[in-house]
Amino acid sequence: MSMIIDHVSYIYGEGTPLARKALSDININIPDGQFVGIIGHTGSGKSTLMQHLNGLLKATEGHIYFNGEDIYDADYDMKKLRGKVGLVFQYPEHQLFEIDVFSDVCFGPKNLGLEKKEVELRAYDALRKVGLPEELYYQSPFELSGGQKRRVAIAGVLAMKPEMLILDEPTAGLDPKGRDEILGQIKKLQAQTGMTILLVSHSMEDVAEYVDRIIVMNQGTVMMDDTPREVFRHYRELEEVGLAAPQVTYIMHALKEKGLDVDVDVTTIEEAAAELVRVLK
Amino acid sequence: MGIIRTEDIVFEYIRRDEEGNVEGITKAVDNVSIDIKQGQFIAILGHNGSGKSTLAKHMNAILNPTEGTVWVDGMDTNDGEQLWNIRQTAGMVFQNPDNQIIGQVVEEDVGFGPENMGIPTKEIWQRVEESLRAVGMYEFRKASPNKLSGGQKQRVSIAGVLAMHPKCIVLDEPTAMLDPNGRREVIRALRGLNQVEGVTVILITHYMEEIIHADKVFVMDQGKIAMDGTPREIFSQVEKLKSLRLDVPQVTLLAYELQKEGIPLPNGILTIEELVEALEKRTVGNRVIVG
Repeated sequence: MSMIIDHVSYIYGEGTPLARKALSDININIPDGQFVGIIGHTGSGKSTLMQHLNGLLKATEGHIYFNGEDIYDADYDMKKLRGKVGLVFQYPEHQLFEIDVFSDVCFGPKNLGLEKKEVELRAYDALRKVGLPEELYYQSPFELSGGQKRRVAIAGVLAMKPEMLILDEPTAGLDPKGRDEILGQIKKLQAQTGMTILLVSHSMEDVAEYVDRIIVMNQGTVMMDDTPREVFRHYRELEEVGLAAPQVTYIMHALKEKGLDVDVDVTTIEEAAAELVRVLK
Repeated sequence: MGIIRTEDIVFEYIRRDEEGNVEGITKAVDNVSIDIKQGQFIAILGHNGSGKSTLAKHMNAILNPTEGTVWVDGMDTNDGEQLWNIRQTAGMVFQNPDNQIIGQVVEEDVGFGPENMGIPTKEIWQRVEESLRAVGMYEFRKASPNKLSGGQKQRVSIAGVLAMHPKCIVLDEPTAMLDPNGRREVIRALRGLNQVEGVTVILITHYMEEIIHADKVFVMDQGKIAMDGTPREIFSQVEKLKSLRLDVPQVTLLAYELQKEGIPLPNGILTIEELVEALEKRTVGNRVIVG
């Protein structure tokens, strides 16, 4: 059970004078239960690729297999796919519209044609999973803080009970605590349910902290696909494509240059602190 | 008097129910007095909902205070007669570059402001060129804005404000939607404007490492100024910042964690160079370094 992206290419406006190749020959295999980070500069093809995974865009060439089935088969049920692969767009709180939080979260499962009891059960469950305080369930979503609104939006997707959750920059515009809360909650969710998570992010620090695997996109291709340690080891190459490593990587390299015998491949503050204590004490 | 001064300002949002009855009053800005000097680089931090954007909108008369007074270069923002002068003195840049660019061509977009001010055509072109050069976007003057990256678009937005020759630019999370390179480009452009052109910069951000060079930092909480000081003074208080839902740059946090482990380091380390230097001093003393 997994998502296999097999030689996928995509051309925007194919057959028109404005045709532009956005993805070229992408090959990725995502097994169940992984927490994958997708990084790349603006326009590198990250969001285009994500929109392929739940069938919003159809590859110009290549195939996508979800749980062993080709999603481009004539008899494949796209509606079912969209229930299984949940996509949370950037600034998802702009899509809230119901009169209270609970009704908003019910909207997705209700459209799946489930009966009322099941819909409500799922909505409760999803809201609990994103850690929203119960006293807010019957408030207007528009009266919540930025971080709370975003959680409601994520709960709306979770209530569909997806097997795979794709989050496109879920923390943009949130304060540091809000960033930690949302990502911490997602990590917990992944650990508890074994859900596959794809996190598109511009924050190298966040990616280093939370994911098992990083896919680096550049000019519509996969430039690197490895563990955070391995990917950030190539920080010079990342800089060339408009990215960077977490600040801690630069700190460790600077210390190494000064002759301190530290492991330069640590990617989080915690690891760096432990490493420096080891060397300095 | 500074370029922007507020005296005991309060801004109240009135919440109403569906029938229009007043349900309650929220003080988004609560008794804030600040004085920003011409040429300073100011940072405003604060969690979502702390009142920083509401405060920023007082700085070019998008909002007027419920109580108290705001002066922009000596002009009272409650004085309707001065509205256009105030907006030309203090320009504003917002989070999403796509909402701020209207021209089909970069140079046209940048010329929009001065054109509306009735500046003679020849001078408009002069200003467009200067502004685009100041943010490093001159080579893109003939490009279509929708072909640019996020960081480039945001620099065009900044050039558009610059072309109106403001004394002060207020930026509300200009880097929130940008990739690391875009963030670097924008911050570099802002520091250049501040140091070379002497433009007062007021930067609101959630990225702590962007403001280590600021002259002064204000931290807001519940509409009030909760902390103010230099970046070093502010970032020395790791626990207090965390209690305000904020953070410190990674290098500052690492130094703080090492201090807790008993490694003696000065408070409020802000750059990699500072940390390396401090550790070097220590390790040379303890003969850890072999090379």
